[in-house]
Amino acid sequence: MTSSVLSVEGLSVEFRTRSGIVHALENVSFTVSKGETVALVGESGSGKSVTAYAVMGILDPVARVTVGRIVFDGVDLLAAKRSDLAAIRGRAIAMIFQNPRTALNPIRPVGKQIGDMLIRHGKAPRRNVPEQAVEMLRAVGITDPARRAQAYPFEMSGGMCQRVMIAIALAAKPSLLIADEPTTGLDVTTQAVIMDLIKDLAGKMGMATIFITHDLALAGQRSDRVVVMHAGHVVETAPTAKLLAHPRHPYTAELIAATPDSAQNLEELAAIAGSLPDLRRTDLPPCRYSERCSRKIAACDQPLPQAFLGASHLVTCWNPLPSENASGTRVSAA
Amino acid sequence: MTDLAVTSPHEWNPGALYRQVRYVLGENPITLIAFILFVLIVLAAVFGPHLVPYDPLASNTAEALRPPSAHHWFGTDQLGRDIFSRVVVATRLDFLIAITSVALVFLMGGLAGVAAGFFGGWTDRIVGRIADTIMAFPLFVLAMGIVAALGNTVQNIVIATAIVNFPLYARIARAEASVRREAGFVEAARLSGNSDWRILTFQILPNVLPILVVQMSLTMGYAILNAAGLSFIGLGVRPPTPEWGIMVAEGAQFMVSGEWWNATFPGAALMLAVFCFNLLGDGLRDMIDPRRRT
Amino acid sequence: MLTMTIKRLATAIPSLLGVVIVTFLLTRALPGDPAAYFAGPAATPQAIQEIRAKLGLDKPLIEQFARYVVDLAHGNLGTSLTTGQPVATELRNRLPASAELTLLGLMVSILIAVPLGILAATKPNSIIDHACRLISTLGVSLPVFFTGLILIYVFYYLTGWAPAPLGRLDVFYTDPPHVTGFFLIDSLIAGQPDTFMAALKQLILPALTLGIFSLAPIARMTRASMLAVLSSDFIRTARASGLSPYTVIITYAFRNAMLPVITTLGMVFSFLLGANVLVEKVFAWPGIGSYAVEALLASDFAPVQGFVLTMAVLYIMLNLFIDVLFGLIDPRVRLEA
Repeated sequence: MTSSVLSVEGLSVEFRTRSGIVHALENVSFTVSKGETVALVGESGSGKSVTAYAVMGILDPVARVTVGRIVFDGVDLLAAKRSDLAAIRGRAIAMIFQNPRTALNPIRPVGKQIGDMLIRHGKAPRRNVPEQAVEMLRAVGITDPARRAQAYPFEMSGGMCQRVMIAIALAAKPSLLIADEPTTGLDVTTQAVIMDLIKDLAGKMGMATIFITHDLALAGQRSDRVVVMHAGHVVETAPTAKLLAHPRHPYTAELIAATPDSAQNLEELAAIAGSLPDLRRTDLPPCRYSERCSRKIAACDQPLPQAFLGASHLVTCWNPLPSENASGTRVSAA
Repeated sequence: MTDLAVTSPHEWNPGALYRQVRYVLGENPITLIAFILFVLIVLAAVFGPHLVPYDPLASNTAEALRPPSAHHWFGTDQLGRDIFSRVVVATRLDFLIAITSVALVFLMGGLAGVAAGFFGGWTDRIVGRIADTIMAFPLFVLAMGIVAALGNTVQNIVIATAIVNFPLYARIARAEASVRREAGFVEAARLSGNSDWRILTFQILPNVLPILVVQMSLTMGYAILNAAGLSFIGLGVRPPTPEWGIMVAEGAQFMVSGEWWNATFPGAALMLAVFCFNLLGDGLRDMIDPRRRT
Repeated sequence: MLTMTIKRLATAIPSLLGVVIVTFLLTRALPGDPAAYFAGPAATPQAIQEIRAKLGLDKPLIEQFARYVVDLAHGNLGTSLTTGQPVATELRNRLPASAELTLLGLMVSILIAVPLGILAATKPNSIIDHACRLISTLGVSLPVFFTGLILIYVFYYLTGWAPAPLGRLDVFYTDPPHVTGFFLIDSLIAGQPDTFMAALKQLILPALTLGIFSLAPIARMTRASMLAVLSSDFIRTARASGLSPYTVIITYAFRNAMLPVITTLGMVFSFLLGANVLVEKVFAWPGIGSYAVEALLASDFAPVQGFVLTMAVLYIMLNLFIDVLFGLIDPRVRLEA
């Protein structure tokens, strides 16, 4: 097994709000290996971004990690000291966000924003910083980078702003990049270009990527492995091709069926029955998909198992879909 | 510019209103305290002159400048008058000045603003020009100028305060009226044959009124401060009339020599009254639109 | 940048015109006979007639207005009855006193209110946050003249730390040689540290009074603005990028948050210029506010008119300055024109 860069182990996060405690994440586990691209997929509200924020340490103050570990490069980020975290956040792990225009400082030239990163993470002596910033802009494919470095975000298109964000994120040469829906809000052509850029740079730097999206098709094209989330749970993890061809979790199958494909008719598009459960409920069932599931059996009221289907295929379900070959299934309690 | 969602015309529902008032007062203890203070102020204004121990105008030079004691709770001033009685009696005058100027600006500014917002065009432009011109002056300075021009009387203090607050009320009323003019139900009312006047009275005004009422409470505090400030520099109220601002002015010279009670008690009364109206206004605003809480 | 400034200057012109018209109307709107007012309470009917002819008060209103504007263009604001001096001269002489006081008061206010607002926003629901909100609510309720008196009582009478509130300098000191009219600056230029200290001591209480008065709106706006900015997307990016707390809060958040605060300064100046008058009365400060108040009480109208006009023009200029400052900080205003 290749070295794991990031290992999220049994992470549970809750939010204390005025209308009750929101059980945002429960027992979330997955790993990311060196140089791997992992797609974190799920509906809105499934907890994908919360997981990312927990890793980056930028959760809202009302959030609390109740249990779990996030191990990066051997260090448990949740237990680490402030000073250790400072060396990791932005430097070893970086993140880019959706809506790039609003994610950049509106009154600061973009070159300076890249420069702030370079200075903070000690990547260049001060006098070289402006030049370095221009180089970074060039590396992310911005034309006329010297002039563009003086520009402000509102003077640039969405695609250019996203490139700037990528430049900022990669300024310190991190070993892990988390991309939270980086192409939402961009037009389709720009989407492809940005995704190619990320893939290209990740390959050059040997960087692992976690790519958060609700778009399974996109995840299918761009990732090595997929982690499927539903209502704060990880329901299935598998290498991409295997997951798309032979999903085991009912939810994954429904997601695939609901994903538009250019060959399909509109009428053939399926919708996933039901909706996400209210995560403030105190009577949430152990399997949060069971109330929407067409394959629900009596056992589904029991705490969830964790099944190992081969080395890297994980599914948490009492009644998973049959695999293409019946052997090799072992069920063990969570 | 307000960002209140445009709601359909209010249904007049006293029962629900009463429940809502009770809820807000219960939820926020500060608003409750402010409300109690407000009731006390009104009581002092109405019944004060009948209940005070001494005649506020009766001087007694033998008892001049006595510190607070059991006989004179707030002490006596340089003419031997009982300060407590004077402070309580002054409540009526200050309260009247404030409420009259607020009522005046509510009418003037409210009507002008609603007209400007609803009719647009030249009405809007003229009202806007007037408001901008007033706003070009530092407001207290303009009030001074108006009182100087019209004459040194209490009525003119009221007029000056009203004029100075005109732009604010006009702008709020105009914004609300303008938003609602563009909203669907006004068009609908027009199409079903209602005259402009009917629309104004029954559709627009009921929605504009709550916002203005909140503003009135906040302006009450400012109106009292304005009147007191003008009296402090010698405008409007003349001695021996008891009024908080003029009492502070008369007591000012004694602060440096240590007779603090002359100026402190009327000043504290001023502060309490303004504080009360500001809190009340905040509470009312939270009731009307919780999104505007700071 | 320049075009923006010029455009903004152009919008000030209607305001200036409006101000001139209003000040003109104010003195012509006097109840009774304006000439009698300008001649003063002790004037004989003959003197009143002379004044009427001299001031052109018997001419049609339009002609009067034209004369008024021409006078203004020549810097002629009339003559004070009580002192016999031209109003314009007196105002010019007294303006630095008021300006020094107001500016210092504003500085005190900003130095306290802005850090308070920032701290309150970065530590929501803490003691500092509640203190900030309490101070803001109290600050708008305190009458400025009352604050001044309380300060005098505590710091002069009770503790003796502050000097007697008798004006800009204690009797033992002479004014420093006039360069700007600001005693603090002039005394330093003339190399008179003692005078500097004396002037500063006299300035502390009145400046503090004005500062406390304008504290509330600035603190409240800073807090609200910082809270809004701190929850914005780009701050999330800055945090995720691992930038230092100082960079995030000051370089990124604060600079953005300052924009609405600068806009608020316009309103603050309106209050400050008015409060100036009251503070000058409390502390016997020889500025234009006390000049106007004395004239008002003596029914001397030319100084009052000149005062109102001057304050209004000053206020318009200050608002202009604020808008330009805003444009300097916010590139979106500059470049999107």
